Amino acid sequence: MLVSILHRATGDGMALVGLAILVWWLGALASGPGAYDTFLGHADSWYGMVVLIGLSWAFFTHMMSGMRHFVLDIGAGYELDTNRFWSIASPIIAILLTAALWAYLIWGRG
Amino acid sequence: MGNGTSIGKVRGLGSSHHGPHHWLTARVTAIGNLILMTWLIVSLVLLNDYSYASVSGWLAKPIAAVPMILLVVSVFYHAKLGLQVLIEDYIHEPGSKFALLSALNLAAIGGGAFAIFSVASLALTGAA
Repeated sequence: MLVSILHRATGDGMALVGLAILVWWLGALASGPGAYDTFLGHADSWYGMVVLIGLSWAFFTHMMSGMRHFVLDIGAGYELDTNRFWSIASPIIAILLTAALWAYLIWGRG
Repeated sequence: MGNGTSIGKVRGLGSSHHGPHHWLTARVTAIGNLILMTWLIVSLVLLNDYSYASVSGWLAKPIAAVPMILLVVSVFYHAKLGLQVLIEDYIHEPGSKFALLSALNLAAIGGGAFAIFSVASLALTGAA
């Protein structure tokens, strides 16, 4: 239930917010250094970080539940214990992946 | 509508008439997204910094521009399919549904075209 709601919320959230930012980023790169610096000024601010970290969490959450869908699509993983385990593990692994990505970006490279 | 064979009696009676195609393309684009988003995240992590020179120099090369264009196609297609289901699930008034689905198509194609053109112009004309 929760995994299903998270899958839709993160997917549609990324579709609306993430794609707008992707288009802005690529458009700014094509428009030159001035436009790109404007983009970077927002992306590198505290609210930009909140949005980017949120998007990366949404991506990993959607990716994990999406891969769970693939397993269920081929008819596997319907045993109650297995199903329950991965429904809990998927969003937790997603949080760990998000934390690992940002830990590396912030502290990982000297 | 057929009246003879059993397949003829049920053909076209599905809830949306395009279920299997929608379902399959969602999976096909999901696989594309998985591969291409992994590429994007790894590439961004490997960049030294996010200055204009670094990022535009990276994206202008074919080795980055081509997967980025493929990513835009796969992700926009997948996002369009997902938002379409959201609209179909929650908007039941036919006129509003038609208007929203049309707007979604325009936004997905327009946004995707803008993104692809941006990458192409960066790659073909060099960093602006």
